[in-house]
Amino acid sequence: MREISSETITKAIADLAIKANCVLPKDVYDGFRTSLKSEPSPVGKDVLGQLLKNADIARDETMPICQDTGLAVVFAELGQGVRIIGGNFEDAINGGIRRGYVDGYLRKSVVAEPLFERKNTRDNTPAVIHIRIVPGNGLRLRLAPKGAGSENKGILKMLVPADGIEGVKKVVLDTVVTAGPNSCPPMIVGVGIGGNMETACLCAKWACARDVESKNPDPRYAAFEEELLTLVNKTGIGPAGLGGRTTALKVNVEWYPTHIASLPVAVNINCHAARHAEVVL
Amino acid sequence: MSEPKRITAPFDDATARSLRAGDSVLISGVIIAARDAAHKRLVETLQRGEKPPVDLNGGVVYYVGPTPAKPGHPIGSAGPTTSGRMDAYTPALIAQGLKGMIGKGYRKPEVVEAIKKYGVPYLAAVGGAGALIARSIKKYTVLAYEELGPEAVAAMEVTDFPAIVVIDADGHDYYSQGQAPYKQS
Repeated sequence: MREISSETITKAIADLAIKANCVLPKDVYDGFRTSLKSEPSPVGKDVLGQLLKNADIARDETMPICQDTGLAVVFAELGQGVRIIGGNFEDAINGGIRRGYVDGYLRKSVVAEPLFERKNTRDNTPAVIHIRIVPGNGLRLRLAPKGAGSENKGILKMLVPADGIEGVKKVVLDTVVTAGPNSCPPMIVGVGIGGNMETACLCAKWACARDVESKNPDPRYAAFEEELLTLVNKTGIGPAGLGGRTTALKVNVEWYPTHIASLPVAVNINCHAARHAEVVL
Repeated sequence: MSEPKRITAPFDDATARSLRAGDSVLISGVIIAARDAAHKRLVETLQRGEKPPVDLNGGVVYYVGPTPAKPGHPIGSAGPTTSGRMDAYTPALIAQGLKGMIGKGYRKPEVVEAIKKYGVPYLAAVGGAGALIARSIKKYTVLAYEELGPEAVAAMEVTDFPAIVVIDADGHDYYSQGQAPYKQS
């Protein structure tokens, strides 16, 4: 049994919060540079140039890439040979969010309760935490802060099997077109297919936190990702929604086995500030 | 892209009406930061027949909730938030004298109607470019609702703040104009 202290987790999460918010991942940065070459719209090119400059300033000055430093989404893969000592696991994560968001001058964007008072918690806690228990003696923590501009445009449709591939394409395209400039394109589109209501949404969340350079390991789904990207980039929305061919940098698809009567589809859009940072303890 | 126009905020009628959809502009002067919770409070104040805590006349509102300023900086990252969430409150503020809006994303038809009726252009700043935009903000002074934290109403002194006119006083919409040439079936 390997022991990991709650303080180690808190410190790791605090560091991830600052890193994720201020350093644009290399895969996204490279995606901007590639799109800058292929984008035919002069306004679109100008926007992509501004986004590269913005990422440079953010990295050099340890300043948030975007002022919406998001709801902190934490994916934890906890090895079953690990024992957490010195405190509760979720408290350790929230302690790290608190420390990172306060010490890192990040915006506190969480309200304690959604409907009546909507009072700001003032430390960006609680995080949204997804935990999986996996074999091994390690702890993998991935932090993906997610802004509301893109999150608010997510959708879940409970399709039926007869809707098929065309049905899924329509859901993805309709979601992207409705989102338009609101979701800060070029976006990363996360699509979750299968499972049930909540699993489809979780798959979509995982998909939009995946690297731009990644592919679904199943070649049929990898080809479907490419096909969806081509369709999305024909909408004309373009960078910042001002017109162009770079509406999305990537469409990522994740799937899960489903019921004989179901074809759930969830689409979770990530803005171009597709922030994620990871550590393995 | 055409050379950006240099304009001054607050806007007078002539400036507001001179802007055309698709124009790039650099704004200098003072703009007002206000977003969701502040809009709700401002409109509730007006509905009670009370005077709002800020002078909206000629004002240019910027939908923003900045990150906290680091020591020695006037402000943290400060890009635009999604304007559509303010749509329910916008016509009331326009009727009160607001002369310009800066945000990102689509507006509802009732906002476009108010834009045309009162000649109040809607501009977009590049969403997610908060660190870059912050360089054009020289001073940030909270005017009201300090307890709302990043949602407080504030005066922002800006120099060459970059934006693009998305809906002009005649209702022309640059999102649809700009996207049309790149749409493929």
